[in-house]
Amino acid sequence: MFEQLASTDVPISPGTYFGWGDVTIQSGNLAVIIVMVILFVLALVLPFPGGKRRK
Amino acid sequence: MNTEAVPVPNPEADGTGAYTWTGKARRWLLKQLPPEKLLPEDQPSYVASWAYVFGMGAVAGLVFIIASGVVLSLNGPQWYHVSSLGHFVNSVHLWSVELFFIFMVVHLWIKFWMAAWRGGRLLTWITGMLAFLVSIVTAFTGYLLQTNFDSQWIAFEAKDALNAVGIGAWFNVANLGQIFMWHIMLLPLAVGAVVALHVVMVRVHGVVPPIDAAETDAQLRDATSSGTDSATTSVTNSTVHPEVKQP
Repeated sequence: MFEQLASTDVPISPGTYFGWGDVTIQSGNLAVIIVMVILFVLALVLPFPGGKRRK
Repeated sequence: MNTEAVPVPNPEADGTGAYTWTGKARRWLLKQLPPEKLLPEDQPSYVASWAYVFGMGAVAGLVFIIASGVVLSLNGPQWYHVSSLGHFVNSVHLWSVELFFIFMVVHLWIKFWMAAWRGGRLLTWITGMLAFLVSIVTAFTGYLLQTNFDSQWIAFEAKDALNAVGIGAWFNVANLGQIFMWHIMLLPLAVGAVVALHVVMVRVHGVVPPIDAAETDAQLRDATSSGTDSATTSVTNSTVHPEVKQP
């Protein structure tokens, strides 16, 4: 069991961090925030498919 | 003594069933949420916008979270930590959570800027905020269950915060068994109940119209009422109801 668990271990890595002054953010968290902002903007500007035909 | 009979309403004779609490509850529920509002066949034209998609996107994410979570709980940690299929289902669970939160936050942003609590929708807004908060706690307990150095770090950082607010002895993030039970039993029930209540509130009050939707919009008032602003109405009809032939 422990051998199996050990064999599936992924390398331990602190990840990549970005920092500006007192602000520090991990790359994964920053990516999620950027994706959310992009989705928010796209939702406002992109036309909805078939929207004009709907009642 | 006056024995003259005073006519009283007879709910059973009237077929309203108001004598019993079940009858009263049924009448109240049908009044609040008639079947045509619970399962509508069409929506106003302004719903045909990406701004109205993300709430249902979050619900779809939640469906995947619950389905993958059921599979994980049926097979157990020794399966999802070791086998390749277990790893896959575990990853489906994680990425469903990522999408659930991404969609929920975008939904929250859009509804905030639409002031979606307008028109008696305060409870819809509050249940949505509750769903967000309970989801954060649920996701937090999920991160604790990774049983790796990340979860150990998260647990021992959170331990101090929970002790500081006085609940650390009862909600003990270092107690893996307790956190496991919270994550697979209590918190999913809470998230499911609050999200279901939120969706029901949306159906009761309807989706919120855009802020710039005029009060004279034909879709925002009773279809049988005829407005005095015929020019506005005809314009609205030509854009909203294409089947209405304009002269």
